[in-house]
Amino acid sequence: MPALDEGTPLFVQIAEQLAHDIVDGQLAEGTRVPSTNELATFYRINPATAAKGINMLVDDGVLEKRRGIGMFVAAGAQEQLRATRRKQFAEQYVDPMLAEANRLGIDCDTLVSLIRETSLHNGGNAR
Amino acid sequence: MTPTISATGLSRRYRDQTALDDVSFTVEPGTVTGLLGRNGAGKTTLLRIITGLEFPTDGEVKVFRAAPAENDAVLRRMVFVREEQAYPDLRVAHVIRVASWFYPNWSAELAEQLLADFELPLGRRMRRLSRGMRSAVGIVIGLAARAELTLFDEPYAGLDAVARQLFYDRLLADFAEHPRTIVLSTHLIDEVADLLEHVVMLDHGRVVLDAPADEIRGTAMTVSGPAISVEEFVAGRPVWHRQRIASRASVVVPGPLDAAAQARARALHLSLEPLSLQQLLVHASGIAAEEKVSA
Repeated sequence: MPALDEGTPLFVQIAEQLAHDIVDGQLAEGTRVPSTNELATFYRINPATAAKGINMLVDDGVLEKRRGIGMFVAAGAQEQLRATRRKQFAEQYVDPMLAEANRLGIDCDTLVSLIRETSLHNGGNAR
Repeated sequence: MTPTISATGLSRRYRDQTALDDVSFTVEPGTVTGLLGRNGAGKTTLLRIITGLEFPTDGEVKVFRAAPAENDAVLRRMVFVREEQAYPDLRVAHVIRVASWFYPNWSAELAEQLLADFELPLGRRMRRLSRGMRSAVGIVIGLAARAELTLFDEPYAGLDAVARQLFYDRLLADFAEHPRTIVLSTHLIDEVADLLEHVVMLDHGRVVLDAPADEIRGTAMTVSGPAISVEEFVAGRPVWHRQRIASRASVVVPGPLDAAAQARARALHLSLEPLSLQQLLVHASGIAAEEKVSA
């Protein structure tokens, strides 16, 4: 059974998981996303909750309703979500990392080289 | 929209005991509402009044805009599955057939599928079924009736976790296809929490919580971290519960916490965690008990 955590409202988590799959490219633009009832059955949640999550993404223009057929990933949805996430990146990842580095006495230069090393080690590029 | 159930100032007193104390709430059509609370909180009494099996001492209840007691037009639109329901000693197949005569929306197809899902022996007499199997018969009737108002009162005596999950899954699937108003009364709160759209929590005959399930997450938070920081954070706030071990503390505070408070907690290196529905009940009953003592 898929795990949903206690903290965030369920409908937000449903929206986040769909958004995540769109950013990853697992749900490509133009493909149909699971229906409210399919989501409700899969996550074992109330259909109204699932609908609320989907509607969040419709309001953001990430999903579009095609009458009588279902919900689809809108054109440009992936880039739109990426742009939003880039904006949130500093707050969600960099700020907590800096706070912890600060607590441990790791200065900024050390931190930067640490990121480079780890990236290299993981086979990424370390420009 | 007119509520399917609307209770106003309901009280039920027995000679030496108050089972319900000024209970008011509504159940909206097309929702799954959880009627939650400990054993003896008043859930069954409330459902018996809603289904016209019992009269309130004070107050009134309306179901489909009418008083339910001895009102056939209202009672035909609902199905009530009780805990440890008594059945005539017929064979399972016969009990199901008899039930099908009572409910105008009965789905024979769904009944058949559920009987198979719960592996019920159609030819066996009710008296010779296990407790869990008898509960399953009640669940089959409650779901296959597809009544506009479906009331389940702790319908799973003797059912194990797997069978209960089967019940939740079938309930959700059929509700999605055939929306109706469902009230699910239970003390197994965390099991049903995600199925619910609305929650009414009873404690000692009183409503202690009546809110959309989405809003309940965050009704109270556990704040934990270094004791000094925790105390700094909660200064001037009501605290429901306090725990301390060595230099660490954990307190429960009523929420929701606004963005400023959350930022402050982060700055103090505190972790914030919302209370589950089950934990919330534990605290809500504790607080109700204290209020009673101080009153």
